[in-house]
Amino acid sequence: MSPADIALPGEGPVPDTETRLARRPRIAQADDPALLRKLEKTWETKPGLYGWLATVDHKEIGKRYIVTAFVMLAVGGLEAALMRLQLAGPNRHLLTPEQYNELFSTHGMTMIFLYALPVLSGFSNYFFPLWLGARDMAFPRMNALSYWIYLLAAAFLYAGPLTGAGPNDGWFNYVPYAERAYNPGINQDIYSLGLVFLGISTSVGAANFLVTAAKCRAPGMSINRLPIMVWGTVTANAANLVVVPAVSLAFFLLWLDRNFGTSFFDVAGGGQPLLWQHLFWLFGHPWVYAIVLPAMGMVSDGLPTFSRTPLAAYTLVALSTVATMLIGFGVWVHHMFATGLPGLGLAFFSGASIIITIPSAVAVFAWLATIWLGRPVYTTAFLFFASMILLFVIGGVSGFMTASVPVDWQLTDTYFIVAHIHYVLIGINVFPVCGATYMWFPKITGRLMDERLGRWNFWIMFIGFNIAFLPMHLLGLFGMPRRVYTYGAGMGFSTLNLIVPLGSYLFAIGVALFFWNVFKSWRHGEKAGPDPWQGPTLEWAIPSPPPPYNFAVIPTVASRHPLWEDDLGEDEHRSSIEEGMALDQGKEALAVSILDAEPERILKMPEDTLAPFSLAVAAAVLFVGLLLHLWWLAGLGAVGTVLALAAWNWPRRKLLEREPAPHEGIGHG
Amino acid sequence: MSRIPLGYLDSAGARAAATLPLTWFLLLVSIAVCLAITYLLWRALRGPAGTIGADGKAPAVRRGEGAARPILVGVAISSVILLIALGWTMVALAQVAPMPRRPEIEIDVTAHQWWWQADYGASEPDQTFSTANEIHVPVGAKVLLRLHGADVIHSFWVPKLTGKTDMIPGQVNLTWLQADKPGVYRGQCQEYCGLQHAHMAFEVVAEPPAQYAAWRRAQLQTAPPPATPAQAEGLALVEYRCAVCHTVRGTTAGSNVGPDLTHVMSRRMLAAGTLPNNRAMLAGWIEDPQGVKPGTLMPAQQLSGPQLQALLAYLETLK
Repeated sequence: MSPADIALPGEGPVPDTETRLARRPRIAQADDPALLRKLEKTWETKPGLYGWLATVDHKEIGKRYIVTAFVMLAVGGLEAALMRLQLAGPNRHLLTPEQYNELFSTHGMTMIFLYALPVLSGFSNYFFPLWLGARDMAFPRMNALSYWIYLLAAAFLYAGPLTGAGPNDGWFNYVPYAERAYNPGINQDIYSLGLVFLGISTSVGAANFLVTAAKCRAPGMSINRLPIMVWGTVTANAANLVVVPAVSLAFFLLWLDRNFGTSFFDVAGGGQPLLWQHLFWLFGHPWVYAIVLPAMGMVSDGLPTFSRTPLAAYTLVALSTVATMLIGFGVWVHHMFATGLPGLGLAFFSGASIIITIPSAVAVFAWLATIWLGRPVYTTAFLFFASMILLFVIGGVSGFMTASVPVDWQLTDTYFIVAHIHYVLIGINVFPVCGATYMWFPKITGRLMDERLGRWNFWIMFIGFNIAFLPMHLLGLFGMPRRVYTYGAGMGFSTLNLIVPLGSYLFAIGVALFFWNVFKSWRHGEKAGPDPWQGPTLEWAIPSPPPPYNFAVIPTVASRHPLWEDDLGEDEHRSSIEEGMALDQGKEALAVSILDAEPERILKMPEDTLAPFSLAVAAAVLFVGLLLHLWWLAGLGAVGTVLALAAWNWPRRKLLEREPAPHEGIGHG
Repeated sequence: MSRIPLGYLDSAGARAAATLPLTWFLLLVSIAVCLAITYLLWRALRGPAGTIGADGKAPAVRRGEGAARPILVGVAISSVILLIALGWTMVALAQVAPMPRRPEIEIDVTAHQWWWQADYGASEPDQTFSTANEIHVPVGAKVLLRLHGADVIHSFWVPKLTGKTDMIPGQVNLTWLQADKPGVYRGQCQEYCGLQHAHMAFEVVAEPPAQYAAWRRAQLQTAPPPATPAQAEGLALVEYRCAVCHTVRGTTAGSNVGPDLTHVMSRRMLAAGTLPNNRAMLAGWIEDPQGVKPGTLMPAQQLSGPQLQALLAYLETLK
């Protein structure tokens, strides 16, 4: 399909001025040196501190997300290492109960909120426009905002543990224990406000992913051609947009309870402790899917690349991604089976929790079929992706067991659940993320990661992980409660608890090797070239690392695998990557229709600006003021946010996409 | 297996037993699924492999045919297993979830940070007494438990007899159990409740009906009057100090913050299943509760040696 043949809106026999492109874009070649120079000058970020703080380049933001999330992963891992020492034998006194409780709560907060989603957001941030054939995310400034708030919220949340006032009621933060009467310190105030703050980042990011996937694609990138990772990210973020407000509200109400004597959750004042659990899990369970669906997408896109064959049953896998989320909205009560809810309700949620396994089964069989039909190249990335299938199934079947109410009444809150959650979060998040790093590191840095070190890295992680977490199933069946800082000698837990830390430390060594490989390869890795794996999707068509404008000309997509069309030879149509719309009149990108990706509009993209950074800092000041009851500081922060928003939204002629008709008066108001 | 006090792969009562076959079924199905997928993955990996050549060329891409059918078969088999599990779950739920219509015994259990209060005989005022951390039931009787949360959320769990039910402030949850064999069954708080969640256990003592009746008669007695000067001094200490939190029926000590001590020495364990109950352990617990359970609401008593001996002399009469 030639880009010159694309029908542009408003060019039919009856010109339609409302939807008309501002102009017919010039068609150019991707290697036109004049064009490249012009684009480079338009899109590059200024060097120095200003550029660092002001950049809105999605690739820069994506890298920062990934690096920050990896730092959080390391910190959370060290916390776990301490806990496993305390639990290595019965009645040990390495940690006090309060220290232990703060550690397990901080570990949960770190891994679930500050690692698991942000790392996926990082990859999606970096690669969304590259997969979709776009120049940037739909809202580059919101993208920067969402990162800065994530960073500042992480610092805000960690102010607690660093000053000895870490959260001590688990990541789930059940009331009434989190109420002031039982928890008088500032610990839970930091946690509550910190998560409200972080929620802004998640929501802003979610909106950005949705609009980007809907509108910012190359012509021809219709929704049946999206990489599965895009399906996963879009599904996850649609859910986030719906459920994050529930948990933000819950934490805000708790903060009111603790600081202003309201009684939303306090029985003495007519409140309801179970209200907390509903609000929390209404968010919490969809969130679990939000932090695995994009990672499953990594596997769905990664396995075919290394198996040298398209993903089997693409449509089924895409639909099962969405189906998981839809059913996922109706399973939150399985966290509350023991709270005394009526039997009919339990039966419904039990049914939904069992049925949700079906879409997961679709994905598993599709992955197996893909490997089966292909000729796998055993790279480190492939090993991580393929092993994830097994870990996914183990984490899946233990989840299926807890879905059965009577069985769950025994299993819940034992180490069986600890085993389950770690197979899910490490197996379905950390393993695919490691695989994704090996796969896409060359695109981000232009260098390959060390494959030999990669083998060691993979096998040590895989073996260590299973030695650490398989025995926890048995501990759970032996009745070991979770969240206990110690246990008695006669309980039958001692031997297994001695094996667990051995596995954990082996796993930690594997993760350390991973970080070392990233660090080493970043500087000294072998040069990768644009397409070291001969992958199917658009990101492999551009240089590594990609130029600031991503695509010199906007590609035109004719199939699901634009770079494999010659090999597959299934259709005479070919995607056009070397020739396409130039879009070089300033910072320009293309907006398309949602389903079929037909061009609709030439977007004027914003320049680098300090507005997002300023807004994030002002909001942080506001939250610190609220936390410390320094109302003048909160006021200052509030004024700062208003000013930053005003600067952000100040009308600029450069960003106009159509000349306003004279009577509209835009630009004068 | 029965040497594992909190293990639930064996049971000693009707309610836990009704869940056990389902637990085993799900467990075995799960293991079988893991093995089957491991086998399929291994088979898939054994197929022809490709390599990236020295020139950086990966093998050519080709589309394999015939994936749809095996995927659908796999999903269909999975669905059948899931539906069986679902059906069995509903049947088991109908068996264990409803409360007994005519329970032989009703007990009010209240969870506190970090101990358990058990009140017997709510419906007959002259049969009322309170005990702590040890619940006696007659073998074979259906026992209805009304669960209360005094402060934060706790969870009632006796794995060999019944699954968990949360104890939530502001609402009364019901659960039931029936012990089919005489024995001592350990229970444990199973909802995180703060500093000493780890040391919040209790025991269910199942006895033949005659023995249970005798225990119950004994529990209804008030504390005996002191028989020696040392015991009298001990009682004075109890009424002066312990009475701030504890009750000893038959004395002026009548506070309900901590466990009822009227028959404290009849119990097997101290400090919510933490220490075996004997004079030495009791002395250690009174002298240094924070050393045993850091954060417990029981303050250290700072007694002199003779005071402690007198207190123990009296407490030992509370059988």
